Amino acid sequence: MDPVRVIEIKQSVFANNDREADRIRARLKGEGTYLLNLMSSPGAGKTTTLARTVAALKDEMRIGVMEADIDSAVDAERMAAAGVRSIQLHTGGMCHLDAGMTEQGLDELGTADLDLAILENVGNLVCPAEFDTGAVKNAMILSVPEGDDKPLKYPLIFTVCDVLLINKIDVLPYFDFDLARVTEAALRRNPRLQIFPICAKTGEGMEPWLNWLRAQVRDWAK
Amino acid sequence: MHELGIVFHVIRAVEDTAQKNDAAQVCSVTLELGEVSGVVHEELLSCWKWAVQKHPVMAGAALCIEPIPAVTFCQSCGKTYPTVPQGKLCPHCGSADTFLQQGSEITIKQIAVR
Repeated sequence: MDPVRVIEIKQSVFANNDREADRIRARLKGEGTYLLNLMSSPGAGKTTTLARTVAALKDEMRIGVMEADIDSAVDAERMAAAGVRSIQLHTGGMCHLDAGMTEQGLDELGTADLDLAILENVGNLVCPAEFDTGAVKNAMILSVPEGDDKPLKYPLIFTVCDVLLINKIDVLPYFDFDLARVTEAALRRNPRLQIFPICAKTGEGMEPWLNWLRAQVRDWAK
Repeated sequence: MHELGIVFHVIRAVEDTAQKNDAAQVCSVTLELGEVSGVVHEELLSCWKWAVQKHPVMAGAALCIEPIPAVTFCQSCGKTYPTVPQGKLCPHCGSADTFLQQGSEITIKQIAVR
């Protein structure tokens, strides 16, 4: 039998994924398609927020949505009902999407004629934050009932995101959720974080978020 | 279960390296795992044992974990401190102007092949 050889690698586990993610961004830049990766815990309101977002923007830009879940097609059906092209991605038990899976989704969705593609990641505050999907920017939703201590408990996701949507502000009177406290804790983790308090159900506070997204899509296509 | 996703990425990178080095069999893989990388060692090992059996070049390969302690650097006073018991605030001067110096890494250090 051959002797054992030791090969030094010294490479981050995420190195291949990061390379694939950069390749995706380069491709999307060429196509003029902006990819947003939306993350949150289950039940924070990703799909409701997305439905309201695409309803407000679909007449100004061409939008496609990829819904990632472990199983079922309920989210993609809701997006189709909202009037945009949508596909459902099944991760088959995995708790997150990586760049390779995102690329398969983009191919299936077809991005050449889109201005904005949105990836609704699997509901989870831990794992999706670790894998670069190839998105131009990452956004996350934290909903009021989840509590204002989440930036302390799940620091990584607050660090990798560019936008924090604080959803369900209509129920603020019923929860011990301190908006100032969560803002301070989140900004301490990530000073460049843009924070938008919204209520996806009623539409309150949506306009600043929509304006941010409009500017992002416009700048990316330049 | 992000451990499974991490295992898949390790296997892919190791298989590439093994192939480039004309190795027929991977005997072991050494991972440097940061204290605050969010990876549960037992979970990682359990995913590893399951996943390597599906790759002939990797079958039976051992996974060795070298823990890397988490250390935070304070930009206000220039000192370092252990991250886990202290968190974001510097125990020397109370500043929050700190950043993680090491401890989040998940690095493939080396592999043994034949």
